[in-house]
Amino acid sequence: MTQLSPTPSHTVGPFYGYALPFPGGGDLAPAGHPDTITVHGRVHDGEGAPRPGRPGRAVAGGPGRLAVRRARIDAAPTRGTGDSPGATASTSTFSAASPPTPTAHWSARTLRPGAPAAPYISVCVHARGLLHHLYTRLYFPENARLNAADPLLAALDPARRETLVATAEPQPGTYRFDIRLQGEGETVFLEFR
Amino acid sequence: MALTQADIDRELTDSRAAYDKARADGAPAADHPARDFAPYRSSLLRHPKQPLVAVQGDPETVELHTPVFGHTDITDVDNDLTIQHQGEPLGERITVSGRLLDSGGRPVRGQLIELWQANAAGRYAHLRDQHPAPLDPNFTGVGRTLTGDDGSYSFTTIKPGAYPWRNHENAWRPAHLHFSLFGTAFTQRLITQMYFPGDPLFVYDPILQSVTDESARQRLVATYDHALSQPEWSLGYRWDIVLDGPSATWIEEGR
Ligand SMILES: [Fe+2]
Repeated sequence: MTQLSPTPSHTVGPFYGYALPFPGGGDLAPAGHPDTITVHGRVHDGEGAPRPGRPGRAVAGGPGRLAVRRARIDAAPTRGTGDSPGATASTSTFSAASPPTPTAHWSARTLRPGAPAAPYISVCVHARGLLHHLYTRLYFPENARLNAADPLLAALDPARRETLVATAEPQPGTYRFDIRLQGEGETVFLEFR
Repeated sequence: MALTQADIDRELTDSRAAYDKARADGAPAADHPARDFAPYRSSLLRHPKQPLVAVQGDPETVELHTPVFGHTDITDVDNDLTIQHQGEPLGERITVSGRLLDSGGRPVRGQLIELWQANAAGRYAHLRDQHPAPLDPNFTGVGRTLTGDDGSYSFTTIKPGAYPWRNHENAWRPAHLHFSLFGTAFTQRLITQMYFPGDPLFVYDPILQSVTDESARQRLVATYDHALSQPEWSLGYRWDIVLDGPSATWIEEGR
């Protein structure tokens, strides 16, 4: 069988914000579906504090952290999600409104993934400054027993494991998932073999 | 002191030498850029320092199966970036055509391709683009299409201009088109850039040079194809895109 070498990856760059976010691109769930969940968060880089003179590059992202303003998230839930198995949400830290404005916050609506094992959402991160996208997974905090039996989570150091488990928010069906590209609390990123 | 092109050139030379030495010592070819590529300064704080965690591709691994699809609401004219406004955009009209393939050479059918680019003067229709080059009221620079049954795609657009950026003093990006691609598995996702043949800026650009393998870099450069040029109308470029994978597991299922 022919084996072709892949086309190399490049950074998404800074100026995709007006191009890529389809209005509704982060919305996989049919309107009014009872199993709808919202996942959202910020992407942080390795910079711990604002840099004087560079106000444009990031906005505050929690205590002592900055959030990346130009990142794009693709999210694919595990199968068995009812009406939209295997679809992918593409969301961005740019709003999809016109004109798009940087919000430093991404958000996607999807159906709660269902699977015999620990359900998760597969996440792919693109950002200015990132030459090749990164994969990670979002697991759900209420599935402690299933998560403990998940081969990936079980193999991780407990402190790093936490970076893959979202936080439930007071509003039902809403989860916070922040991604840290580098440094303290660096998210576990994956490679598929 | 401001970082100069000469500083960057030295770093690029060093990274190429290190790669060539690793290859000579038996390292495999690197198809993709390293995420920590210092000459591209924005990568410094945006690459993980921890190693990636390997997920073995057993048949249950969702990322190897998930049929990935972006969006369905594509119209027949979304692949023509020259007819989105009242008037015609300024610049050299071009056609960019090729095929989207997997690593086995099979066509990737019916998948979304997104393209975005600067105008002929090198300016993006983006609020934050500060380059003092003119905007073109007749050009937004965004196109979409779906691949055909043979994996083929085609865009009509204008050739973008080179533009300056702030990586170092006098930094210029060679003319390029941004592409976003989906395969049939989540692991095949690709965002990349296509270049035009013979651009003198190639050697100075830390983004293109982040691909340290010479033949891999060549795969990002389209070929001028006179047979694709249309008389009295447009110049033709051919660019085939090859996605990673899918995995052997996936192939064995014969899907
Ligand atoms: Fe660009």
